[in-house]
Amino acid sequence: MAAAFIVVRKEDLEAQQNAESCQTLRCLTSELGCLTRSDGSVSFSQGDTTVLAVSYGPAEVRINQEQYDKATVEVVYKPKVGLPRPIDRKREAILKSTLEAAIVTSLHPRSSISIIIQETEDLGSNMACCINAACLALLDAAVHMAFMVAAVAVSVMEDGQIKLDPNKKEELEGRATLTFVFDSADLKVVSVVTSGTFSQEEYKKSIDLTRLAAERVFQFYRDSLSKKLMQSI
Amino acid sequence: MPLFKTFKITQPKEYYEKFLEKDVRPDNRELGEFRPTVLNIGCVTTAEGSSLVKLGNTSVICGIKAEVAEPASDGKKGYLVPNVELPPLCSTNFKPGPPSELAQVLSQNMVDFLTDSKCVRLEDLCIVPGKLVWSLYIDLVCLDFDGNVMDACTLALMAALRNTLLPVVTVDEDSGEITTDVSIHQKLSISKCPVSTSFIIFDKKILLVDPTSEEEDLATGALTIITEGDNLCSIYKPGGTPLTDTQMKTCIDRAFLRGREAERLIEELIDK
Repeated sequence: MAAAFIVVRKEDLEAQQNAESCQTLRCLTSELGCLTRSDGSVSFSQGDTTVLAVSYGPAEVRINQEQYDKATVEVVYKPKVGLPRPIDRKREAILKSTLEAAIVTSLHPRSSISIIIQETEDLGSNMACCINAACLALLDAAVHMAFMVAAVAVSVMEDGQIKLDPNKKEELEGRATLTFVFDSADLKVVSVVTSGTFSQEEYKKSIDLTRLAAERVFQFYRDSLSKKLMQSI
Repeated sequence: MPLFKTFKITQPKEYYEKFLEKDVRPDNRELGEFRPTVLNIGCVTTAEGSSLVKLGNTSVICGIKAEVAEPASDGKKGYLVPNVELPPLCSTNFKPGPPSELAQVLSQNMVDFLTDSKCVRLEDLCIVPGKLVWSLYIDLVCLDFDGNVMDACTLALMAALRNTLLPVVTVDEDSGEITTDVSIHQKLSISKCPVSTSFIIFDKKILLVDPTSEEEDLATGALTIITEGDNLCSIYKPGGTPLTDTQMKTCIDRAFLRGREAERLIEELIDK
């Protein structure tokens, strides 16, 4: 495939970042199977936030990580610059336990399923983007899953206004940022990660808003997979 | 060996189920009941602030050391450097060597706890704007790892911060000489009292508060809620069994109850 470059002027990017966002998700794009050597791979973007996720497995497991009754899920998060810090370790831990809930690990005892996530551009809602990318990479690798997961973030602004799928600017200016992960079976809460302080009412509003948006993410998974399968026929 | 002990070792999940059917836990607690909380402050005399927390068997000791440091470019903000240690003495799960993944995640949780709740304003740690600020090294060491270390750590952290006394530092403007007056001490101003409450999900449906390490091993999911007054500071549920909104609401309500309880405990202790 030919390499494609899009030149974005700095002014345009700033104007886009500063534009008032309405209560919708930013544009979702994915390229499934973007790398050839991995079992599943995806380049996923949510607005300007982009990550690359690949998955391997079920494959051989390191002997000290072996579990006799289920597969070991490993997650590696690579930040854009520098070595992984404790904050990235926490991110890995969240991703790992979220995906462990989704994958039917009991089907592959004594093996490993590994997911590697490379951050390429963090312009808001990075955690949500990582979880969605990881889920798509697992779907691309056809790993058995009990349900799919979709993550959506919101920012609570100083005036109590709630912004869906915040960009970097809104995340920094906001009083709190909440990331919710829902399952595809009955849209229950799989994970919640928050930063900043918020009231119970704001929490309730956020969860209702993100739940609606999560359905759009699930629809996007279906569309991207059917598109890929149509191509392969 | 008595029969019930054999049962506990060979079939831990079934053993727990037998108790939970009757809405009670093997250690005589109800499902929503905390273990007895013991709080002690000022136990490390060489530190600026210290505390020891026991939640049942779980013990965490916290010491705060203060050093003067140069501020970063903006000039007014001090530093808070929390670190959680899980040494091999606290549990067989931990080996000597670099910090385990859990210790790193807990340390990061403490950083997030302090930044999210803003219980210490970093500007309050300023001595001379642009020149000198306080850097507080908060070391938390787990002595006995019997579950729910997160709640024990946050409680120890808050108690130690309330106990912290900083010496008065003056800088001679002409010579730039720094003098420390150890006879006068200043209390750290802390306006807020965030409290964390942890839950586990047992067998994909039953919620248990303040889990022991046995319960944590059997858990299918975990949840930590941090409350501060009437506000929420953090809801942290990393994966595990999906929960319905009603279950989440029950947990949040329980967390607020615990928040007020723990706040009272700290207040009473400080007033003494």
